[in-house]
Amino acid sequence: MNAISLGIDRARYETKIYFRQGDTIFFTFLFPIVMLSIFSVAFSAAGNFGTDAHGHGGISAAAFYVPGMIAAGILLSGVQNLAVDIANERGDGTLKRLSGTPLPVLSYFIGKIGQVLVTSILQIALLLLVAHFAFGVALPTSGQKWGTFVWVYLLGITTSAVIGIALSRVPRTGRSATAVIIPIVLVLQFISGVYLQFSQLPVWLQNVASVFPLKWMAQGMRYVFLPDGFKTVEQGGVWNLGLIAIVLGIWLVAGLIAARFTFRWIRKDA
Amino acid sequence: MTEPHVRVRDLRKSYGAFTALDGISFDIERGETFALLGPNGAGKSTTIEILEGYRDRTGGEATVLGVDPQHGGLAWKSRIGIVLQSSGESGNVSVQEQLAYFAKIYPQHRDVDEVIAAVGLTDKAKTRIKQLSGGQRRRVDVALGIIGKPEMLFLDEPTTGFDPEARREFWELIRGLKRDGTTILLTTHYLDEAAQLSDRAGVIAGGKLIDIGRIDEIGGQEARVPLVRWRDPSGLHEERTTEPAAVVARLFASEKGEPRDLEVVRPSLEDIYLDLVGQYEKDNA
Repeated sequence: MNAISLGIDRARYETKIYFRQGDTIFFTFLFPIVMLSIFSVAFSAAGNFGTDAHGHGGISAAAFYVPGMIAAGILLSGVQNLAVDIANERGDGTLKRLSGTPLPVLSYFIGKIGQVLVTSILQIALLLLVAHFAFGVALPTSGQKWGTFVWVYLLGITTSAVIGIALSRVPRTGRSATAVIIPIVLVLQFISGVYLQFSQLPVWLQNVASVFPLKWMAQGMRYVFLPDGFKTVEQGGVWNLGLIAIVLGIWLVAGLIAARFTFRWIRKDA
Repeated sequence: MTEPHVRVRDLRKSYGAFTALDGISFDIERGETFALLGPNGAGKSTTIEILEGYRDRTGGEATVLGVDPQHGGLAWKSRIGIVLQSSGESGNVSVQEQLAYFAKIYPQHRDVDEVIAAVGLTDKAKTRIKQLSGGQRRRVDVALGIIGKPEMLFLDEPTTGFDPEARREFWELIRGLKRDGTTILLTTHYLDEAAQLSDRAGVIAGGKLIDIGRIDEIGGQEARVPLVRWRDPSGLHEERTTEPAAVVARLFASEKGEPRDLEVVRPSLEDIYLDLVGQYEKDNA
């Protein structure tokens, strides 16, 4: 129990620090909102997405990009934020200091995941507010869609957070952290249907992207936020919620195992 | 006799072919302040980091508060305090916030405001750590090291970057901790600091403990023999003698008056230390 209450204290402390760092606020917190605004404005003259044969119907560029930006936000808040943050904390001596205190590793993890949850919920709330009020995007009205949103979100954010913790071991120094992590995250966003329409990518690239979790988070969010007719351009012409749960679940377990067995406060004898 | 708070026997550490510690042994009794002295690279930090649990030893035995630091759990960590040699945290929290947070980690802790006052940062309590000077940040490190009421405190070069006044205030703080019964292991480059604070000291050179004892015993009787210095037309003279007054009287008689630049010097800990290390390096050259 003590480890949990120490974890909650840690989450509070971490969240406070998060909002004091200008660079993370921009590149992690506001990034999806900025990108949504750019795409919405850039493509607003190109007409609607998904129109019928006569050019009628369809949805606005903003509405089309909302699901992808939510998925990107989940990935950034979890993977990019944590992998860079923890690698920096290893480099600047924060972890060394903590390892000399009676703070349990579990509390540290709870603190990080708590910080990710709080910041990412705020991020997505802000994104939806901007999409709805600035760009007139209609939000789902059925409880069933919002239910799906909640589980895809929670599964996605937890998976991203544990992958972020596991990936923090990859950069050798705190300084190289952004250079190592950001390209991985960026490439995933391009091949997973965040910036580019997934159905227009070559099939082999779609298959590559399908190995990674972002594609599935984006697909789940498309189910929630796009009209049902858009399923015809998904792989196999179905939303495939079951497979989304399975793939994300596998990544969650793999990430947990990797985080559990690779995390060390310090590199001994480094 | 209770068990010593630190017990080190034949401690060894090598990195590949390099031997950093070549079998050192010492005890630190409960409530004692012990200083480890030695040139850079002699093995001071390796020793202290092994005892803090940051490095694994290659051989020998070590216990801190009766526990092998290689397997020190959370209960053990709550009884020790560590002031590392350096810290570079981004420091986006105020001094007060940082100490209040760290206080929560420990089962018992000192009063946050009292600790801030003890390290002389009361008027910086609301300042973000990243805006502090190097010396002020070091004081935050010390404050974080003592917030959890440690029974055993490790101080690795704690006053590097302090101005003389801050150093004296720091010494007062350490004397206060000592009066409360805290056992302290200190490494330092400042010999006056070791002389001011510690009950005993050990001198490390080349991974070996070349001397250990009370501050007034280090180097042995021989090293403490006073030195008489004076100048005459042929130049500067020195004479080591256990009877300096007799030498001065003889000079006064033979020089027919006041000898020029007369000094009677008792070797400071620094002189003794430099002799010891110099002798060691000559023997091992």
